[in-house]
Amino acid sequence: MTQHPHGTTGLIGASVPRVEDLALITGAGQYVDDIQLPGMLHMAVVRSPYPKARIRSIETAAARAMPGVAAVITSADLEGKLNVVAPPMFPGMQAPPTPALAAGMVYAVGAPIAAVVAATRTLAQDAANAVEVEYEPLPATVDVEVATAPGAAPVRDELQHNIVYTTVREGGDVDKAFGEAHHITRLRIQSPRQVVLAMEPRGLVAAPERPGQGLRVWISHQTPHLARSELAAELGYPEHLIHLSAPDVGGGFGSKSGIYREDLLACHLALKLDRPVKWVATRSEDFVATNQGRDQLMFSELALSQDGTMLGLKVKLLANMGAYLHFATAGPPQRMMGMAPGCYQIRNLRVEVSGVFTNTVSTGPYRGAGRPEAVLNIERLADLAARELGLDRIALRRKNFIRPDQFPYRTATGVEYDSGDYEKALDEALRLSGYDAMLRQRDERRARGELVGVGLCSFVEPSGGAFFESGSIRVEPSGAVTVLTGSSPHGQGLETTFAQVVGEKLGVPMDRISVRHGDTVAIQQGIGTFGSRSAIMGGGALVAAAEKVIDKAKRIAAHLLEAATEDIVLEDGAFAVAGVPNKAMTWAQISGAAHRGRIPADMEAGLQESATYDPRRESWGFGTHVALVSIETNTGELKIEKLVLVDDCGVLINPKIVEGQIHGGVAQGLGEALREHMRFDEDGQVLTGSLMDYAILRAADMPPLIMGETETPNPFNPLGVKGVGEAGANGAPPAVANAVMDALEPLGIRHVDMPYTAPKLWAAIRAAQGDQGA
Amino acid sequence: MPETTRGRPIPIQMTVNGIQRAADVEPRTLLVHFLRETLGLTGTHVGCDTTQCGACTVHLDGRAVKSCTILAAQAQGGDVTTIEGLANASGLHPVQEGFRQEHGLQCGYCTPGMIMNAADLLQRNPHPTEDEIKHALQGNLCRCTGYVNIVKAVQWAAAQRGGGDVPR
Ligand code: FES
Ligand code: FES
Repeated sequence: MTQHPHGTTGLIGASVPRVEDLALITGAGQYVDDIQLPGMLHMAVVRSPYPKARIRSIETAAARAMPGVAAVITSADLEGKLNVVAPPMFPGMQAPPTPALAAGMVYAVGAPIAAVVAATRTLAQDAANAVEVEYEPLPATVDVEVATAPGAAPVRDELQHNIVYTTVREGGDVDKAFGEAHHITRLRIQSPRQVVLAMEPRGLVAAPERPGQGLRVWISHQTPHLARSELAAELGYPEHLIHLSAPDVGGGFGSKSGIYREDLLACHLALKLDRPVKWVATRSEDFVATNQGRDQLMFSELALSQDGTMLGLKVKLLANMGAYLHFATAGPPQRMMGMAPGCYQIRNLRVEVSGVFTNTVSTGPYRGAGRPEAVLNIERLADLAARELGLDRIALRRKNFIRPDQFPYRTATGVEYDSGDYEKALDEALRLSGYDAMLRQRDERRARGELVGVGLCSFVEPSGGAFFESGSIRVEPSGAVTVLTGSSPHGQGLETTFAQVVGEKLGVPMDRISVRHGDTVAIQQGIGTFGSRSAIMGGGALVAAAEKVIDKAKRIAAHLLEAATEDIVLEDGAFAVAGVPNKAMTWAQISGAAHRGRIPADMEAGLQESATYDPRRESWGFGTHVALVSIETNTGELKIEKLVLVDDCGVLINPKIVEGQIHGGVAQGLGEALREHMRFDEDGQVLTGSLMDYAILRAADMPPLIMGETETPNPFNPLGVKGVGEAGANGAPPAVANAVMDALEPLGIRHVDMPYTAPKLWAAIRAAQGDQGA
Repeated sequence: MPETTRGRPIPIQMTVNGIQRAADVEPRTLLVHFLRETLGLTGTHVGCDTTQCGACTVHLDGRAVKSCTILAAQAQGGDVTTIEGLANASGLHPVQEGFRQEHGLQCGYCTPGMIMNAADLLQRNPHPTEDEIKHALQGNLCRCTGYVNIVKAVQWAAAQRGGGDVPR
């Protein structure tokens, strides 16, 4: 670390414009579909239209005979090879492999049945349309409660039952807490299934290298190194002979992690035909071929004393995983294990999580990946508990908050929160929203017969715990700096953020730094970007690498200046003996010496250092969001009139980028609250399979956002940072849900699940008015 | 031009970013595929198959169009500008600069379409209100930014052009 705690250049904390942008605003971005190679073939996939069916026959002759077609393959050609294999996360987890092409049976709409490669995209699609498949449709299971009922039909033939895994975590004495409770608040709550919908659909190009030299893959992906490892294992191809890179990636939000069936097929066909093969999903294909998010059903009970003290919490969760497990499908619901108590001291906890197979599209991580569900659960419970006990919902929250002096705080189930000041964020949100005035206005409008509600949500955002991350810093002989990070971004602006970090630490201006990522040959082993991890993990690794580089540079400077290493200081990007700044040596001079042998005899040449970072703990950001909503009584139409967001993610490296992350998370969260819902009918048919039926927010749908922040540095991270990428998606939906329920309270409505579409709210209002004899 | 099953290739020509381009294409070729695959202008993106997302927006004869929604043949003789042709010798278009100044993009996938559409808006309405901007961008989806900074980017550009105050 430099002598100045904030370095020499003030880059950390500055909203510098992104270095990524120039290429992307001039059309010079390079996404997977932009790659064109000589002789490249295009793959199209024949998919099941049924959620469950036996394949009676597949007729490929007509397709094979079409012009330009290079190959048509079915499961018969694969001889049982080429399966996506989900890592078993628990002993006894049922995780049957997912064949790249369905063998005999299909278990979800969209399951690949045949793959076609042809000279152009359209020829491949034409040929795919000419493949004739005869199906025997079978009854499908869509609902997790049906799937887990005694005697339920297995979702897949090879299953004993439809539970992927069940895991229980318990702490304290739950039965005693519930036995002594004055009141128990109960809630059944469903988080709606979401389509991830990165604007760039999934895709890849696979190309054989020169014979014996391996396989080149460009893939739209969040975790290139993990992708290569999984690809190698599932292809049965040597890992070191795969050169995989993620070029510009048009969003991921959790869905572009792990290997999918189409990835295996394209690689397999490229190797088999010895030709480059491209596959890019159409949007409609992406709806059924890419993991979806949420879809957790939670049954919760909160035990309270008369004064509103939270005594105990029980959560039973059924997570709909679809029919086929991918790399991270099993992961999201496990968030509940660590997050169930949210911001509150609840010393007696029992959480039971089950993953459930159904004949639906696979699920997996989606912005928040289990966090939004956990926050929704506890924050709806808190509001309901206050209502049922006749207490103020804010007072109830304050009473139960983990206090600042209790950090690091260990929850009843043994998870450690690093730091926080939940009341500070709450107070700031109340202040920014003009909470008391807002309540008065609500009451006045209510008196006029309007449906108006105010809601809030205090939340935690755990981030950056899983895996390690890597960083390398290479000071070139010119003194320019090349940074290699294992955190491969897909819109997060890490080239900028990491240049700021390294620039600040080394005292080198950003235009002398280039940040590289996403390439398994160029970059040392690393992980990638998900779970709000990169500033923490990638940043942590780069700080460690910077310290090593600086140490070495100081030793070289000491050698050249004939001084003691301890006397050398790095100031304003130059090395000098403390107190003798006029003899300072620049990075170029030091690095020049390092590369030209003017170094101590026992020193290795060059000036490049690598480090990995693995804090073995998560960072716990937090915040409070407040919403003001109104509902049109006659139509059920919901309007978010105001949304106040106070987030605390520790130290901000680039405030503008952080703000953008919050905006984006909020937009996805509001989509979930207002209208996004991937639906299947009871027979398992997809009802919302394209952007015609599945609506994400558009520009005019965004309510005005009022943003605030508090800053509680992460004591366990060298930059003091916490994750923020998922904060908006965690906090905003429960704030809206609580506001909607507040608006409907006068009608006696207790709970309605998101999304709050007009027809759904209209029906709830009508039913309640009927009950009230209106 | 690869052989096809769907009709004999037809000759088309149009001006793209100020250059005369001619090629024989399959009649069903969409303008976006002509630009991306025939001409290699990959800055124009494809984000959907139902004309919803606007990632493919270009200018045809001075107006923003979704290039996935018209056939290349329909642009016959037309004058097309893509994101690659928006900047000129004097530098970036103000809308491009606005996106950079206001952090109007994250992954950048929607960005070319957004920029082309916003540039068209400012052509027609140099001083749009916030609501007019949001309304004009209704046909362009972004999954990353929540649109907040996209709106600011367009406002930034509008202020630039009018010679008025540039926000911040
Ligand atoms: S690709 Fe043209 S509107 Fe989506
Ligand atoms: S910036 Fe990623 S979709 Fe708009």
